[in-house]
Amino acid sequence: MTAATRTITFKLNGAPVTADVKPHHNLVELLQAQFGLTGARESCGQGLCGCCTVLVNGRAVSGCLYLALFIDGAEVTTVESLDTRDKLSPVQEAFIEASAFQCGYCTPGFIMMVTQLLDENPDPTDDQIKHYLTGNLCRCATYPEVMDAVKLAAKKRKAGATA
Amino acid sequence: MTILYPDAAKVGSQIGRSVPRLEGRDKVTGRAEYTHTMRVPGMLYAKLFRSTVAHGKIKSVDTSAAKKLPGVLHVVTVEDVMKVLKSPYYGPAFHDQPILAHEKVRFVGEPVAAVIATDPHIAEQAVQMITADYEEMAAVYDEVEALTSDVFVHEQLKPAHTFADLKHLKDAKNTNLALDYRLRRGDFDKAYAAAEHKFEHEFRTQKVLHLSFEPFACIADYKDTHVTLYDSTQGPSFVRTEIARLLGWPENKVRIKVPYLGSGYGSKLYIKLEALALALSMIARKPVKVAHTFEEMFYQITRHPSTFRIKSGVDKNGKIVARKCEVFWNGGAYADIGPRVTQKSGLTAAGPYDIDDVWVDSYALYTNVTPSGALRGFGVPQLVWAYEGHTDMMARALKIDPVEFRRKNLAREGRPHATSQILKDHPIEKVMDKVLERMEWSKPFDSGGNSHIKRGRGFAIANKAVISPTTSVAIVNVSADGSATLYCGTVDMGQGSDTAMAQMVAEVLNIPTEDVRVTPRDTDVTPYDMGTLGSRSLFHMGHAVRRAAEDARDKLKALAKEVGEPEGSNIPITDLFQKRYGMQAGNVIGSGIYKPDYTPPAPGTGQSPNVTPFWMVAGAGAEVEVDTETGHVKITKLVNVVDCGKAINPKSVETQISGAALMHLGFTMFEKMHIDGGQVTNASLADYKIPGFHDLPTKLESHYVEHDQSNGPFGAKGVGEVATFCVGPALANAIDDACGVRIMEMPLNAETVYRALRKKQGKPLEDA
Repeated sequence: MTAATRTITFKLNGAPVTADVKPHHNLVELLQAQFGLTGARESCGQGLCGCCTVLVNGRAVSGCLYLALFIDGAEVTTVESLDTRDKLSPVQEAFIEASAFQCGYCTPGFIMMVTQLLDENPDPTDDQIKHYLTGNLCRCATYPEVMDAVKLAAKKRKAGATA
Repeated sequence: MTILYPDAAKVGSQIGRSVPRLEGRDKVTGRAEYTHTMRVPGMLYAKLFRSTVAHGKIKSVDTSAAKKLPGVLHVVTVEDVMKVLKSPYYGPAFHDQPILAHEKVRFVGEPVAAVIATDPHIAEQAVQMITADYEEMAAVYDEVEALTSDVFVHEQLKPAHTFADLKHLKDAKNTNLALDYRLRRGDFDKAYAAAEHKFEHEFRTQKVLHLSFEPFACIADYKDTHVTLYDSTQGPSFVRTEIARLLGWPENKVRIKVPYLGSGYGSKLYIKLEALALALSMIARKPVKVAHTFEEMFYQITRHPSTFRIKSGVDKNGKIVARKCEVFWNGGAYADIGPRVTQKSGLTAAGPYDIDDVWVDSYALYTNVTPSGALRGFGVPQLVWAYEGHTDMMARALKIDPVEFRRKNLAREGRPHATSQILKDHPIEKVMDKVLERMEWSKPFDSGGNSHIKRGRGFAIANKAVISPTTSVAIVNVSADGSATLYCGTVDMGQGSDTAMAQMVAEVLNIPTEDVRVTPRDTDVTPYDMGTLGSRSLFHMGHAVRRAAEDARDKLKALAKEVGEPEGSNIPITDLFQKRYGMQAGNVIGSGIYKPDYTPPAPGTGQSPNVTPFWMVAGAGAEVEVDTETGHVKITKLVNVVDCGKAINPKSVETQISGAALMHLGFTMFEKMHIDGGQVTNASLADYKIPGFHDLPTKLESHYVEHDQSNGPFGAKGVGEVATFCVGPALANAIDDACGVRIMEMPLNAETVYRALRKKQGKPLEDA
């Protein structure tokens, strides 16, 4: 724990930032402790539940397993970047309308993955949705509603794109 | 804005509206606050050193190396705790659990010492530097053995007197029995002896656990004159009472604040980390956070494993005439709420059947494993697993259709329950018929022919009595601008209670639900509630909330009269306050209390004409495909139906039904804590599988029937647990139907099913 602290520079939700980190700090701790962003949360601590999902250089990673030092020079995107003061993202809107959460602890992770899914595949089938979201678990088991939310979000995004 | 006389300007009924959750925006933007991710200024971090033996005397604990690590402020054992809290024992039923192990350890994973440091990693590193020496003692793990074992987990039992219905728990020595619940109705022995057919089976359930994704967390901030706890708890009122008791303080000096809960499912009830966090903050004289890792949840609280011996006598017409239930509950090392699980589920152990002669013995037992407590059903899912398997087995043996056998024996409206209470608002046939309709039960069923894939279907039905007697209090505050705020202690851990309660306020005040604010739980301002548990909140707190809103409405009417408004005037609320106080000022505060009528069960017989204010009723149907070459079971259809009285928020009701059913699909099909010599060997999400997207049945249906609950608020009753009851037995019955094997112990994974198939073929596999 006496290991040397290093200063890293990266882009956080579009803004350039610096942080002092130690070699054992993971990305979730960094976001929570130094930037007050608690949307990515550690739960299982093994990269299996998906609660800590954030994007690093546009790719979803498990923040609980991703060492903070490795984001030096990278772009980090968290759930907190998706909404503005007056507008939620289509995926966020869809999650509310489809009642696709209960306790909400895993929800930001789901929303990040669903956003990435729809970026890659705007019109996924049920099987593609299930497969893509295998790494996101919900102990409240709100899976049927998440399935509805993904389809609703896909529709909203299409409507938004043509509007 | 509140409207004084609803008839004048109706906003539309708020009851039966699928209002999107009021907290939705906070949750989807990642901005909802949970205790586990909270920080308070100056906060220190604690990590725990845990026992490696299941039962033993503590000879020594060496903390010297840990204390030297830079950043470590305190290394605490129970001796240090006792300098600040003389009696370091806590618990809801027994004051049996020490804040840190005292003289003895009673399960692997029990906290023995705590490190307080400026950084959680330093605390964790210091924990690794602690060593302990134990004199190991013989241990007892099995609930049936525990009843007669000469290994005693506790030297002397220490009952608490917090709950009225547990007062009869007495001090006892040389026993592991923490409660012996009895129900006696009629003469079982005589009726059984006379019965044409006799059946006797033994069912077991395994150790499973809640695994809320927000692990246990508590931050205690002790000051010499008051203390604040930020706490992931389902029962802030109970925590306050217990912390005040430990301190010898009045409750008003203890403040419990509850952010959002990353769920609970019964795990975060009563008292868990709070007493420890309090002691550590007293020692450090700074705020201290205790937050579990995922792995540590395996050493906090689990569901009760159980053994259920069930015996029934059936007459020549297929009528069940006698039933005896002996249920052994594996309570683990500390009682937690186990005695109450034993008693409250014990009273429905005989099932939803009309049986004149019933005998129930339900035993709460101490063992040397992680403590057991409430998990979404308070013991009832374990009971239904047994009695609905038993029902099917009898029907098959008697060559009666299992559904018709049930129909012949169901306890109908107006008939006495085994407790002697007359069943009311217990629409069991309606629930049954809805399941059968959705399963298309009357249509021919394709059982899979000659292929190695065998198809089968199963059915199960159950009831539960809501826990009683319990109290809820609520306050509704109407501000001078006409907006309304609700103060209620029900913790919204995901079930949607804030939204449902707000709907009730809105209905009474005739305003849109979205205009009602529900304050976050804070015992400094939120009044008493017994706890968010056992599906009690919508009914009990619902009544209190409705009464509080009615009280506020009546006071507004009185205020209108006071300022000279004519009867029936629909003066805007803002003008009303303006008239009375000369500016936008003042409040109208309504309050409501609810406690149902209750008659305690007679000691020894469990008989009572009024043991519960409402019954929950659930049914399930399952269709499966069993691969007889591998034992793999595919669930092709799962239908769950519950009675919800009246759906206050239909979408929330459906979500509760499917969520409860899928959670129990996990408990039924694959979840299991593996324990070897007292040591949990799969304490991680990698090794303990829970349901994910690929485990969903091909077809999942969640339905409710609405049978108006005549004494319920707006006709409603709770639905948080009810869809958990029947999933297990419906699946086991379906597997039996498919391939003729009966599995008496969960989980129903491929190995279990394959072993059963091989055994049936006379070619049993050797034990692993």
